[in-house]
Amino acid sequence: MGRSATLAGTAAGALAGLVGARVLLGARRRRDAGGPGPGGWQVVTVDRAPGEVLPGGRWPEPLRRLGGAIQVEVWPAPGCRGTELAARLRPGTPLPGLAAHLVGDDPARVVRVALRQAKQLAETGEVLRADRTALDRGPAG
Amino acid sequence: MRALCWTGTDQVAVRQVPDPELRNGHDAIVRVRQSATCGGDLPLLAGRTPYVSVGDVLGHEFLGEVVEVGPEVRRHRVGDRVVVSATVACGACWHCRAGSPSCCDNGNPAPDVDEEAYGQPVPGGFGRPRAAGGFPGGHAEYVRVPYADVGAFGVPDEVSDDRALFASDAAPAGWLAADLGGVRDGDVVAVWGAGAVGQLTARAARLLGAARVIVVDPNDDRLRMAERHAGAETVDPGRADVPAELRERTGGRGPDVCVEAVGPAWDGGIRSLAERFTGAAERPPAVREAVHACRKGGTVVVLGEFTGHVDAFPLGSVAAKGLSVRGARPHGARYVPMLLERMARDELRTEHLATHRLPLEQGALGYALFRDRRDGCVRTVFSPDPPPAG
Repeated sequence: MGRSATLAGTAAGALAGLVGARVLLGARRRRDAGGPGPGGWQVVTVDRAPGEVLPGGRWPEPLRRLGGAIQVEVWPAPGCRGTELAARLRPGTPLPGLAAHLVGDDPARVVRVALRQAKQLAETGEVLRADRTALDRGPAG
Repeated sequence: MRALCWTGTDQVAVRQVPDPELRNGHDAIVRVRQSATCGGDLPLLAGRTPYVSVGDVLGHEFLGEVVEVGPEVRRHRVGDRVVVSATVACGACWHCRAGSPSCCDNGNPAPDVDEEAYGQPVPGGFGRPRAAGGFPGGHAEYVRVPYADVGAFGVPDEVSDDRALFASDAAPAGWLAADLGGVRDGDVVAVWGAGAVGQLTARAARLLGAARVIVVDPNDDRLRMAERHAGAETVDPGRADVPAELRERTGGRGPDVCVEAVGPAWDGGIRSLAERFTGAAERPPAVREAVHACRKGGTVVVLGEFTGHVDAFPLGSVAAKGLSVRGARPHGARYVPMLLERMARDELRTEHLATHRLPLEQGALGYALFRDRRDGCVRTVFSPDPPPAG
């Protein structure tokens, strides 16, 4: 089975696992206007095969939290560097739940953080956490 | 626990801070036995690095004993004696798997600051500002080591603590310079700076086959050390015209590889009032001299921890002479095990670099001696053992 066919199969699985979101898999395509700003595409390269980036055909949890508020695209990275994972906010779609309270004046940052976390999960199995300070721990320590 | 914290410009003090805790499955907690000062700490100490905050624990070069491991740690057990790489790397991203852990994508929990500054996220490190993705440093009783299987290295029984400590950062930095410079049999290598990293660069160059190594530094004590411990020739810029001297000693060719290992401590002297008032960028005198001196087609390696942009860089020479200019932070996993083996074989000795040994409580004195190069100080090594009662 060729690579594109394999990816198409993964795409079908991914689509089946999602509600109100779209995943495109296959050769990298020319994306519409993006770049900096809340609606721009943001991309990370994950050093894993697409099937590991979308385990079970579903978005990784950090992106799933953002639900239908984002669009996601996935394509193989050149030079056997894994998978390019892209996401952007859907114009006019509010972020769900807690994410909506965290965006401040930079909603694109939520997408950026979710992409980084998805990459870390796929590559290392966990999201690296900072040490807690005394303030983080509160009076009970 | 007790830890040496930054408390303001040029000020450090021991404070009580919370004990570290396991935060990820790949973490280990290390009880520190020794930690060392490094030139990379000086911009932090001086408050010149953005985001340094009161309470940040300094120190990125340390050695100790594993006292706790997370459920995903496979290579270490409680009781292991380990030296810890200064940079936090995951071991699983493309850069780590390609053998360049100091370029790791996943070693920084707050990469925005560095991404803005450098164009790409860079790994976090111990003793770096928390706000810039750093982790509490090694000048403390205990340290949390993320990705412990990747960044902590078991120390062979034959290697003493005093020697192995410098396998954390100084020795890998020196080896990195010689490696990046592509040092080969018969090369002439010039090294600016005879601190710990400069001396270990000289030693690495010799081990890799350099015919001659010439170390440039204004400090007599350090030059004598470089001669004695690294087999280097020396040049004191206060007594010689360095470029002319290097030309003469290399038959007019210039050194094949030039390494800047000066760092921010020796920044060419006092900046002019105009520069200070206008916020003009620092100048890198040693880098400029290295570029100027290097032979055509040679390689210049920049190790110094420059905190931002520099000005007056002789860019024209790079193209005109066909130079390669390289830089990096030490790749722990690539070098540390090999360096520990060389230490065990007595090929690489580092104990002499610890010119001063002090308890954490004398951290301010230790950093002052190191910063000002007083009393022949090359490195101050701290012990976190509590001072005797009474």
